[in-house]
Amino acid sequence: MEKQASVATPLVQVKDLCKYFRISRRDVLKAVDHVSFDIMRGETVGLVGESGCGKSTTGRCITYLHPPTSGEVLYEGKPVDISSRPKRLAFCKKVQMIFQNPYASLNGRMTVKEIVGEGMRLHFSYTEQELTERVEELLARVGLSRDHMSRFPHEFSGGQRQRIGIARALSVNPEFIVCDEPISALDVSIQAQVINMLKRLQREFGLTYLFIAHDLSVIKYISDRVVVMYLGEVAETGETEELFAHPLHPYTRSLLSAIPVADPDVAQASQRIALKGEIPSPINLKPGCRFAERCPEAEERCFRERPELRDMGCGHCVACHRAGR
Amino acid sequence: MENSQKTEEVLLDVNNLTFSFHTYGGVVKAVRGVSFQVKKGEIVGIVGESGCGKSVTAQCILKLNPEPPGFFEDGSIRYKGEDIIAKKDREMRKIRGVEIGFIFQDPMTSLNPTMRIGKQIEEVFVGRPEVSKAEARQRAIEMLKLVGISDAERRYAQYPHELSGGMKQRVMIARALVGKPQIVIADEPTTSLDVTIEAQILDLLKQLQKELGTAIIFITHDLGVIAKLCDRVLVMYGGKIMERGSVRDIFYRTAHPYTHGLMHSIPRLDLSKDTELEPIEGTPPDLFAPPAGCPFASRCEYAMKVCYEALPPEFPLEEGHASACWLKHPDAPPVEWKNPEEGRKS
Repeated sequence: MEKQASVATPLVQVKDLCKYFRISRRDVLKAVDHVSFDIMRGETVGLVGESGCGKSTTGRCITYLHPPTSGEVLYEGKPVDISSRPKRLAFCKKVQMIFQNPYASLNGRMTVKEIVGEGMRLHFSYTEQELTERVEELLARVGLSRDHMSRFPHEFSGGQRQRIGIARALSVNPEFIVCDEPISALDVSIQAQVINMLKRLQREFGLTYLFIAHDLSVIKYISDRVVVMYLGEVAETGETEELFAHPLHPYTRSLLSAIPVADPDVAQASQRIALKGEIPSPINLKPGCRFAERCPEAEERCFRERPELRDMGCGHCVACHRAGR
Repeated sequence: MENSQKTEEVLLDVNNLTFSFHTYGGVVKAVRGVSFQVKKGEIVGIVGESGCGKSVTAQCILKLNPEPPGFFEDGSIRYKGEDIIAKKDREMRKIRGVEIGFIFQDPMTSLNPTMRIGKQIEEVFVGRPEVSKAEARQRAIEMLKLVGISDAERRYAQYPHELSGGMKQRVMIARALVGKPQIVIADEPTTSLDVTIEAQILDLLKQLQKELGTAIIFITHDLGVIAKLCDRVLVMYGGKIMERGSVRDIFYRTAHPYTHGLMHSIPRLDLSKDTELEPIEGTPPDLFAPPAGCPFASRCEYAMKVCYEALPPEFPLEEGHASACWLKHPDAPPVEWKNPEEGRKS
């Protein structure tokens, strides 16, 4: 950690980020609770967890689609400021997002050219001719052709729509893209096409990604570092290879053992670490470790005291009382 | 495989099943000449992408596809020798849930929100005077306990909205199993669930199959789930069966380019980050006008001239292993699968 910090300031610093939703007079849903992590320029950080763990909300807070309840997001070392329209535009030009559901995230009344060109009209003063050329070039980058420009989203398959969404995100030359489960709505054979494309575009444009997914094999394949979330908190974070080779948090271990492996001998021989029950509701949480009631190794202290995120060496941090003992 | 040799009783025999739908755009040939058998107590996996006809095939077995617009074009489905296709809806009610159970894909929408959990599980006993109300209730509660729902008596009287997704899926399984059916058809039962819950449900299905001796037809797009659970596998694409065989045949002696492509397009945990994934380029075929030849030909790296012209028949390879690919024709040139580690032509 210290070594990294001395080299450069991270591109994105998430500090003590909280997002609470008040759902009734008495109840508060803590979707994201004191989450902190850094993203260095040019790397891919994978954010992984089960549904309802707050990973998408974290992504949306970082792009300020949800204003955070408390905590802050620093971009290039400076706090994000979206208090006025010019400042907001300047932020949006650097940070873009690819959404999960390609069927819902494209406006069905706009043509592909309008969708991809919308951001360019706002940020650049292109002539109509230049705009058409730029859109054409972007579509070519994501594997679509110029004939597609005047079509509407409903004429495309899921994979093609996701490509349009990616072209839209790239249209303003961003530095940082939040990919919120970009492949989970796609078919197996199409998923690989989109993953390969995202990796290629990262090399070509020097992009930085926050890659949100629930599929650990995809996260392992695409990320340099991984953040594992559980119930609005960071359970474990570290370099991908290190974290997958030596998971320290019992939750990460059980997640890893639950992945169905596409190899019958391995799959049938492997013993998974059974987890009791399901993710509890994030409303009015009990004190102590949030994972305690499902944890196979929980002890008395886990139900009383909330574990802090501790660095176990080489930037591998874990929020568990038992780690390192 | 060894123990299925002893119990060779064929429960379900699907032969040349062809099912189509009338739509505004014309006739969609969803299932085109699918044949397979299900024996007592075995787990058969059907794997394929969306639109490959796997769900329609499963629903045909219980005649759950709406007719019209759907219609049987050809083929037969025999359950214990009885013809399913000729049966009327009244007769089908004696089979659904009692002989063949069905677990639907989406537990959020396939339970009735206005009915108590227990009543929905008991529904299979409606119209069966030999099962008394008290007995039905007892069996429902027993089943809830068996699928791992704690506090079953209280849950019995609750409504679906009071349960989480994993619990609802357990209720669906209880509902499919309470009539002690011979076959359970599970249509992507874990797709909408988280991995830890998915693992619980898969373990539960496997355990129930062992305890009750039920045969399971398991439909999924996830090869990992297939590897974990199934004895035999059918790989479907474009409404046809591309490859069939034991789970070891499919994974270790892959004999169809589509199966091979499917396996190499998913990121695996042991894959190094520098190797490119090997996606299957292109998109699945249009079933309004299916191609004359092999449906996979246009996306196939190994396609030959004949592949575009004529449908490949199934070529038997080993015992129980067959592949519908012209490469397996005796006159075809021998082909080595291209290695994913080799550089791909861009």
